[in-house]
Amino acid sequence: MEEPIISVRGIGKRYRLGQTLSNDTLRDHITEIVSTIGKIFTGRWRPRKAGDEYIWALKDITFDVEAGEVLGIIGRNGAGKSTLLKILSQITEPTEGEARVRGRLASLLEVGTGFHQELTGRENIFLNGAILGMSKSEIIKKFDEIVAFAEVEKFIDTPVKRYSSGMYVRLAFAVAAHLEPEILVVDEVLAVGDAAFQNKCLGKMQEVSRGYGRTVLFVSHNMSAIQTLCGRVVYLNQGRVKGIGPVQEQITAYLRDLKGDGVSTGEFDYPLGEVFTLKNLKFSPNPVVSGTDVNFHLRIEPKKDTSIFDLQILIYSVYGVRVGIIDLRRPDGNPYILSQNKPLEITGKIKSLPLVEGDYRIGLYVYCKEYYRDFYDITAVSVGAKQSSTASIPCKPIYRGIVEFDASFESNING
Amino acid sequence: MADYERVIKARKGIVSIDFAELWRYRELFLFLTWRDILVRYKQTYIGVTWAALQPLLTMVIFTAIFSLVGKFPSNGAPYPVLVFAALLPWQFFANAMTESSQSLVASERMITKVYFPRLIIPASAVMTGIVDLLISVLILIAMMWGFNVPFTPRLLMLLLFFIVAFLAAFSVGLWFSALNVRYRDVKYIVPFIVRMGMYISPVGFISDVVPERYRFLYNLNPMVGVIDGFRWCILGARFEPYWEGFLVSILVIIILLITGAIYFRSMERTFADVI
Repeated sequence: MEEPIISVRGIGKRYRLGQTLSNDTLRDHITEIVSTIGKIFTGRWRPRKAGDEYIWALKDITFDVEAGEVLGIIGRNGAGKSTLLKILSQITEPTEGEARVRGRLASLLEVGTGFHQELTGRENIFLNGAILGMSKSEIIKKFDEIVAFAEVEKFIDTPVKRYSSGMYVRLAFAVAAHLEPEILVVDEVLAVGDAAFQNKCLGKMQEVSRGYGRTVLFVSHNMSAIQTLCGRVVYLNQGRVKGIGPVQEQITAYLRDLKGDGVSTGEFDYPLGEVFTLKNLKFSPNPVVSGTDVNFHLRIEPKKDTSIFDLQILIYSVYGVRVGIIDLRRPDGNPYILSQNKPLEITGKIKSLPLVEGDYRIGLYVYCKEYYRDFYDITAVSVGAKQSSTASIPCKPIYRGIVEFDASFESNING
Repeated sequence: MADYERVIKARKGIVSIDFAELWRYRELFLFLTWRDILVRYKQTYIGVTWAALQPLLTMVIFTAIFSLVGKFPSNGAPYPVLVFAALLPWQFFANAMTESSQSLVASERMITKVYFPRLIIPASAVMTGIVDLLISVLILIAMMWGFNVPFTPRLLMLLLFFIVAFLAAFSVGLWFSALNVRYRDVKYIVPFIVRMGMYISPVGFISDVVPERYRFLYNLNPMVGVIDGFRWCILGARFEPYWEGFLVSILVIIILLITGAIYFRSMERTFADVI
């Protein structure tokens, strides 16, 4: 049997906790060194205890990827997916363990890396291509193809700062999509662009993996994309491999865990970035019967004084299609101004929930003073079937899509 | 290219420079240099004007202060040319060092998304300064012509001294770019060094004014040897550098370069985590 193209053995990555270190400036560091020397001489020096200020983002990760395989990586926010990709892309070093990568690897951790606003589309293609590891002759060979794929022929000599955001993203993805590495690492790029372009990207990835036998590592919250593209899935949970195997099996396990965690109580300790902790996110009743009212409750505690400009609950179908959002911005247009002892508490109601029975995944979008970010898969809501008011048996949920209309009709044939 | 295999694991101790890898990434180095130059002269229409104006104005002020007011000796050379000959390498050094010190922090997005040898970043930032230098060279030619300074074959030696200036800027840039990632106050130290350095280095005066017994010490500033060399090439044998001192300058640069590279490589593994 051939050697696996990637083999990961016991990889672990440890991060230091806490953002503000005592010696963040050169001046403080020098002061600290001097005072440490002073303490050594006066006999008051104590070595710092190791271990208590660190956190393992990844631990004991071991798996193989065969050449030509499309491997999906799933897990909640903070499960270590991105850290794993960063280690395999050599952006950051593991603390322990070893990985062997046999072939050229290119990562699409974020499209448009190295794009410069002042440069034209043409110039950015060359620059970005070089950054992503293409040679000049490769770029020249593929130039027309890239421009055509991005649909920006007319604007190729315009600085990208005049591009619409859609054009910008298309161009950025087009360059990345035309890389020809043995291993392609893709993280959530499909979240960008409109639906038509997303389909095009999916198609391109499929072509890359099937047509050219390229190996792909694919991280996404979009389970239908994972299902379509991947042959096998690694499920990460809290920095460890929770499961590895067939796609459907791992997705099911993931969704089952998602439903289990804090869904009934709504109690959480979920970090929403560096500034907030989500303490409560509860839908009641849960499960809820389709067509009836559902109440929600949300409690966010800030770690420091800050403001939230945008806050939205994101509702996704099981396969990661966004069903809708609940916009929680203040009606008067002002931000929520929060302080450490003043958490944000919101209660509300969705009237007669118009969803087909099934599980729905709940996320949050937070735009605060410090950052804006999506948080996927915080919790889940189960929607149960409503009592049918007709004599016919309802169609199976998979045929009914997502939305349950409150529709009525009459016909001319009676009796 | 499946024939090469990379082993990813924690590196410990001193990490040597992987020259083979740097060579593989040579095109990226040129592309980044090209981008920096393009952006620099695109953003400001007065970019070129400014590149010319800055040394010209400094030259006028220094000539006024050191020659007219301070009555510093000039070894019989026209004072404006004498100052400008020193400004040429000094401005290059100051700009290149400043740019490369900021370069890693400015490339944060690239560093956290894509792998490539990070050494490329401060190196290409130093390269960017060459365009400004070429503009200054044109002015120098005009000045030499205007002040009747003869053009001699020794001018070709400028290239050698330029390489020394380049290495000086790169070695300091290596240190500060890596320090800058880790310590937030480094960005305030660099402008201070540039400002002080302009007066400590023999830009407004000739190094002969430094007492003989201190000259050896004076050359610990690596730019002293470079500036003396530039004057010698441009103004002739009267400005013969103090060669022992020049060797000291070279030695200082070599030490800075080696220690800078070691420090940079040891910090490199944590760049993406702390930047």
